[in-house]
Amino acid sequence: MHNNHTNEAYGFESKPLSKPRKHDRFPYLQTCLKGGLLTTSMLTTGEAMAEYGLNFPEPAAGVAREIYGIHMMTMTIATVLLVIVFAFVFYSLFYHRKSRGYEADQEFHNSWFGNWSWVIVPALVLGVDLTIAGKADAVLKRVWDVPKEENIMDVKVTGHQWWWEFDYLDHDIKVESRFVPKDKSGDLYLREVDNRLVLPTGVKIRFLHTSADVLHAFWVPELAVKKDAIPGYVTETWAELDREGVFRGQCAEICGTWHSRMPIVVESVSPERFAAWTEDQKAIKVAAAAEASADKEWSMDDLLAKGKGLYETKCAACHQVNGMGLPPAFPPLNGSALTTGAIADHLDIVIKGKEGTAMQPWGTLNDLEIAAIVTYERNSWDNKTGDVVQPADVKQAR
Amino acid sequence: MSTTTLTHDEAHHHEAPKGWRRWLFSTNHKDIGTLYLLFALIMLFLGGASAMLIRMELFQPGIQFLDPDLYNNLVTNHALIMIFGAVMPAAAGLANWMIPMMIGAPDMALPRMNNLSFWVLPAAATMLILSFVVPFFPGGGTQINTGWTIYPPLSVQVGMSMDFLIFAIHLLGISSVLASINIIVTLLNMRAPGMTLMTMPMFCWTWLVTAFLLILVVPVLAGGVTMLLFDRHFGTSFFDAAGGGDPVLFQHLFWFFGHPEVYILLLPSIGVLSHVIPAFSRKPLFGYKSMVGAMLAVATIGMVVWAHHQYTIGMSLGAVTYFMIGTILISIPVGLMVFNFIATMWRGSMTFETPMLFAVGIVLMFTFGGLSGVMLAVVPADMQYHDSMFVVAHFHYVLMPGAVFGLFAGVFYWLPKWTGHMYDEKLGKIFFWTNVIGFNITFFPQHFLGLAGMPRRIVDYNMMFTEFNVVSSIGAMIFGLSHLLLLYIVIKTIRGGKKAESRAWEGAKGLEWELDSPPAFHTWTVAPQIK
Repeated sequence: MHNNHTNEAYGFESKPLSKPRKHDRFPYLQTCLKGGLLTTSMLTTGEAMAEYGLNFPEPAAGVAREIYGIHMMTMTIATVLLVIVFAFVFYSLFYHRKSRGYEADQEFHNSWFGNWSWVIVPALVLGVDLTIAGKADAVLKRVWDVPKEENIMDVKVTGHQWWWEFDYLDHDIKVESRFVPKDKSGDLYLREVDNRLVLPTGVKIRFLHTSADVLHAFWVPELAVKKDAIPGYVTETWAELDREGVFRGQCAEICGTWHSRMPIVVESVSPERFAAWTEDQKAIKVAAAAEASADKEWSMDDLLAKGKGLYETKCAACHQVNGMGLPPAFPPLNGSALTTGAIADHLDIVIKGKEGTAMQPWGTLNDLEIAAIVTYERNSWDNKTGDVVQPADVKQAR
Repeated sequence: MSTTTLTHDEAHHHEAPKGWRRWLFSTNHKDIGTLYLLFALIMLFLGGASAMLIRMELFQPGIQFLDPDLYNNLVTNHALIMIFGAVMPAAAGLANWMIPMMIGAPDMALPRMNNLSFWVLPAAATMLILSFVVPFFPGGGTQINTGWTIYPPLSVQVGMSMDFLIFAIHLLGISSVLASINIIVTLLNMRAPGMTLMTMPMFCWTWLVTAFLLILVVPVLAGGVTMLLFDRHFGTSFFDAAGGGDPVLFQHLFWFFGHPEVYILLLPSIGVLSHVIPAFSRKPLFGYKSMVGAMLAVATIGMVVWAHHQYTIGMSLGAVTYFMIGTILISIPVGLMVFNFIATMWRGSMTFETPMLFAVGIVLMFTFGGLSGVMLAVVPADMQYHDSMFVVAHFHYVLMPGAVFGLFAGVFYWLPKWTGHMYDEKLGKIFFWTNVIGFNITFFPQHFLGLAGMPRRIVDYNMMFTEFNVVSSIGAMIFGLSHLLLLYIVIKTIRGGKKAESRAWEGAKGLEWELDSPPAFHTWTVAPQIK
């Protein structure tokens, strides 16, 4: 909530991933045709590689470059081996067939080669294996463990159903990152978020991965480090960004209904712009905290206005904008016993969550935010309780 | 060597019973084999229909037909139905039909247990299907949106469907373990006099190893899902970090079963290939002993590399290095197997009937899948590939050619023996080509989707992934529908066709080809003498 206006404020440009392509009269037919052509001309033109993403995107960190290198090496070895196998098989298919009058060599397996191939072939394969494993081991040593340095920047990445939370532990900043619906994200649908993960170049960054509910996985191909977010675990990866840009990825471990709606957008900026961004975030945070802690009686209208925005970003993914939920997984709030019953119960479930379900504790929100959400839920759609929940009530309920 | 006539005469006083009793109370290995194969065929169509729904949804970006939970439910069920419902029972069906006939035994060693291990399956399948449909009834809870890996904590959130699934897995496991015991006992005790372990047909060897693998790993899965059941209902915290448990423990238990399971699916088909390729190359299998050795090596190493499915959970450098090198080393025995098949074809006198076409297809495409497997084994590179569509492409390239095409090859190879009729060769070839072309159009583009950044198991995707998904979905429709042709060919062959000789194929070797086509209800009641 603290940094809704990152993009606008800094004018960072979001570059579309691929050129928007014009589909005129027969969009389906065109895609089909293009697709068909693609499979035949696969990997032949550099342009196609860029436009359709036939390989990893260009790495943006040293770790990712190493990984790209080992990927290309193993792929090359695999391709060469494949060509060799295919060559032998097709030679045999062509020449050793009955229709050409070829007589089977019944003693082939008793030849010198037949008797020793069980040693020769594994030895050859072992040679290839050691080549791959040797290189891979060297790369692994460089990318796997986080460098032990004093001034490494820590970012805690917490997976939630279905959004990401980024805590800049050294800067005391928290960013909540959610997917943006299609009407606002257009071509970047499922690849765009409201608040980006802004990171500086030229600084070693340690990502600490964990989860608040189920398993998730942090994956941005340009950074290459993929790691599961596991409740109860803190796992780590690291990267040092070496170019500016906007890099997009998504959650890679199935995490329930809206697994497809957990994009990650990394915005890589110069250290100076990053410093300016952190200052700005802190200012927004201070202002929000001051507003929330002010001993003020809030009017119904103000709470409803605030609550609508908060509800639609934080609650609507499950309970839906119209409050009807998606039963049975996500119960409706419209006309439910909870939202029209006792205020205390309502506050309790919002603050503490409900165990064994996707309903997480929202206690990390401030008193004003919870008051606004609860007030909104009790006075929207068909709910007409007329209750106004004040931040002070929330404080008491905690 | 041949005692066919004697067998035939003796069999006359004990013909097949009539009506439903013949099947429900059957203790005859051939009838139970047929039941297994029919069951697998039905499940193949169920699993295939769910796969086609998945691909229909992914044809275009956006959510068109399926809500996200139904989509993930289909993803889960597709995997479980195909693995436990189609491939494993089909392989067991081949084993039931062929092993006694190949080793000169009158039947399986434990015929009543054989009956039980089949008839548990329909019950298990019912539970499995219930786990899919229960959420559509009032009060049925949420759908299984976890994928077949059913990792907690997500699988703890799921409604009562998950309990149906857990019990389905238990029943399927019981069926597999019983069948495995039966196969091991049969192979060790009922070989014809003179047939040693090192001279028995290769299909028997592959099943011997498969059966041991099943007995070793299925109980681990059963234990894992039981712990999950306890976490869900009885307040334990095996996999709940908040209660002192460990969500990753389930992954280790699951993949301790799950990785050997890959070889369980693969090995019987390797066995089929070891018969089909020599038969149509008209020369003996190249490297019988190295084949056995390679298989034992695959099974042994395959048991201790499971965590390569979990490179991203944050293991130590030492642990991932071990799992990486272990996994890469599997390429040695697997490479030797592929080499032996190519060497069997080499300087042969080949003809290309449908079983041989599938066999050649397997050698080529399984090699492709194996090589992308080596890429995935490399830990740093897997940090990119992991849980992307690249993985989906890889394991379909391993399991479709490696397991399913092998079963197709076996069905076409032995169909004349089972039914007494030759199948329609022209239709068989059409089936092969539509099937293989459809398969490649479906799965080849998925490699690129994965590299470009598309995760697996997502119902909706950004438009940058559209092109390859369109291609893949079109391929999937061709691939899926081609199986109707298989059904037609099988029915047509059962109903009639050119009479098959005892030795239906010119180059076919082995005891089963000395029996009539179709064989008598009871065969080898007097064991043949192997010289």
